[in-house]
Amino acid sequence: MPGGRSLGEANRSRALVPLPKPAPDPEPLADPRLGDVDEWGRSERMRAIARRLYDPIYRHWFRAEWDGLDKIPLEGGALLVANHAGAIPSDAPTIMHGVETELGRPVYGLADYLFRAIPVVGTMWARTGGVPAHPDNAYRLLRQQRQLVLVFPEGTRGTGKLFKDRYQLRRFGRGGFVEIAMRAGVPIVPIAVVGAEEAMPTLWKSPTAAKLTRLPYFPLTANMLAFGPLLGPFVYFPAKFKLKVLDPVTMDVAPDQDRYSRSHIMDVSEGIRQSLQEALLGMLADRSSVWFG
Amino acid sequence: MGRRVLVTGLGSFWGGRLAQALENDPSVELIVGLDTTDPTVKLERTEFVRADQGYSILSRIVRATRVDTILHTFLVVDSTSMSGRPLHENNVIGTMNLLAAAGAPDSSVRHLVVKSSTLVYGATHRDPTWFREDMTRTGAARTRVERSLLEVESYLRDFAEDSPHVTVAILRFANVLGTDIVNPISKALSLPLVPSIFGFDPLLQFVEEDDVIRALEFVMRTDLSGIYNVAGDGRLPWSEVATMAGKRQIFMPPLLTGLSAAPLTRLGLVELPDEVIDLLRYGRGVDNSRLKRAGFDYRFTSAGAVDSFRKGYRLRKIGVLDHPQYKYERDVETFFRQSPAVIRPERLS
Repeated sequence: MPGGRSLGEANRSRALVPLPKPAPDPEPLADPRLGDVDEWGRSERMRAIARRLYDPIYRHWFRAEWDGLDKIPLEGGALLVANHAGAIPSDAPTIMHGVETELGRPVYGLADYLFRAIPVVGTMWARTGGVPAHPDNAYRLLRQQRQLVLVFPEGTRGTGKLFKDRYQLRRFGRGGFVEIAMRAGVPIVPIAVVGAEEAMPTLWKSPTAAKLTRLPYFPLTANMLAFGPLLGPFVYFPAKFKLKVLDPVTMDVAPDQDRYSRSHIMDVSEGIRQSLQEALLGMLADRSSVWFG
Repeated sequence: MGRRVLVTGLGSFWGGRLAQALENDPSVELIVGLDTTDPTVKLERTEFVRADQGYSILSRIVRATRVDTILHTFLVVDSTSMSGRPLHENNVIGTMNLLAAAGAPDSSVRHLVVKSSTLVYGATHRDPTWFREDMTRTGAARTRVERSLLEVESYLRDFAEDSPHVTVAILRFANVLGTDIVNPISKALSLPLVPSIFGFDPLLQFVEEDDVIRALEFVMRTDLSGIYNVAGDGRLPWSEVATMAGKRQIFMPPLLTGLSAAPLTRLGLVELPDEVIDLLRYGRGVDNSRLKRAGFDYRFTSAGAVDSFRKGYRLRKIGVLDHPQYKYERDVETFFRQSPAVIRPERLS
């Protein structure tokens, strides 16, 4: 009897308490895209081409060698920080290439927004994984999209230093990178890089030319003397690259706070700077040759 | 009693469209439209009043009609449609008169919805990838249209603070594309070769024209207050937009772009005001999540808006979309609205 059956059903607690129906998944909007450029301007297709072109340089020119690559998390956001060197730094592409080929995870490289203003270079840089270093960009990448983000806390202070100051870490700014990691609730993974300093050493800088061109620094590199002014800015010396991943630093604060203690930020920042500096000195002490490691 | 709504800028594309949409809403009792020019779309029950450039007649209309909602769609965001001084007059002086009318002690106005633009964020190389509503632009406003919009928004913020009994919503719309809208971007995409700046391929974000109207209606119906970005999901490179529109690009030099575009502008071949050149260099993205959290569903993504433009453009090219041009005739409209000879359907109230 239909009536009795429905009564029986009504006695079951599920029938008495109407369970909220799971909301139907909203139909995804039609998104008729042609290309694969994401919101950051990165294109995996372009990135794959860049990797194919860079691979011989990575493997045979710099002969990059990693130590502790397993310390980089395989999932979830993490902020990779490294020392920065060379007039046109070769450390950023090397780290990005290494992590992407070895771990199969994309790396977004934060860099000075100055890049964006340069025609062609700015576009190529964005397509191959570069993102302007805006705190909000870093937060979204780390917290919402759980990606690996690479940042050089020294910024142009690191790349603009002379060869005689090699492997002496500059100031780490105001610790903005630590605050972002705290807000995003991700670990910081320091990476010590040896080799980038010798790949393109800066011998002399012209403050006047820098002012005229509005660049952060205007270098005369050893590469320019060796290969001439045309090839110099693009051809690196074949220095042996060694990269050492240090233990990840986790923040013991809750993410998404409005404000973090400035002194805590500076402490963490200084701690990371110290450990990177020590790691660099240790690696240099073990290095017998600039070219063969 | 239903809503009594005043639409400013009725003669504009948006004002007319919005009034048409409101006419279908039985909860809207009265629609009064105001503009300096005649309506360009056919309207059934909207009352049209002609105003002067500064909208000085506004306070009288508000007092006489006792409207509770003002939909302010007449801010000009396309600087090619109006030259500098009239644009400033229209945007700034018009808004000041509107606020004076809405803020009068005995005013019946309780809701104010303003159609602004993401032009207030500008476009520079220092920008974040996504602007949230609480972020400010990273460079000074260079163009008159941007300055006028910033000025208008600052007046609106003051007004919202001074008049707590009025809900003020500012909607900042991204670049609009769709089947019918004509603006500098749609004109650029309709050229045989799409102007681009050499070495730059900016990521742009669009909102479809139907979503614009739906967002305005949504905010009116839900009485939201505050600032909301309105833009489709995602950003896409300008080169991809051009390809979707079936066009090739022509490249302008990256230096002195404005200067090189000037002769072409003079000849009427392209219309590229400074704010569009900035956009074609650096692009702009805004975070649309705030309006989504308030309950608004977009029908189109950024790429969807481009696709909608493409369809409209193809149809227009073969002449299918050419509607017979509507011409406003005061006598005819008065006859249909007021003559006892016309049998009108029972009005819902």
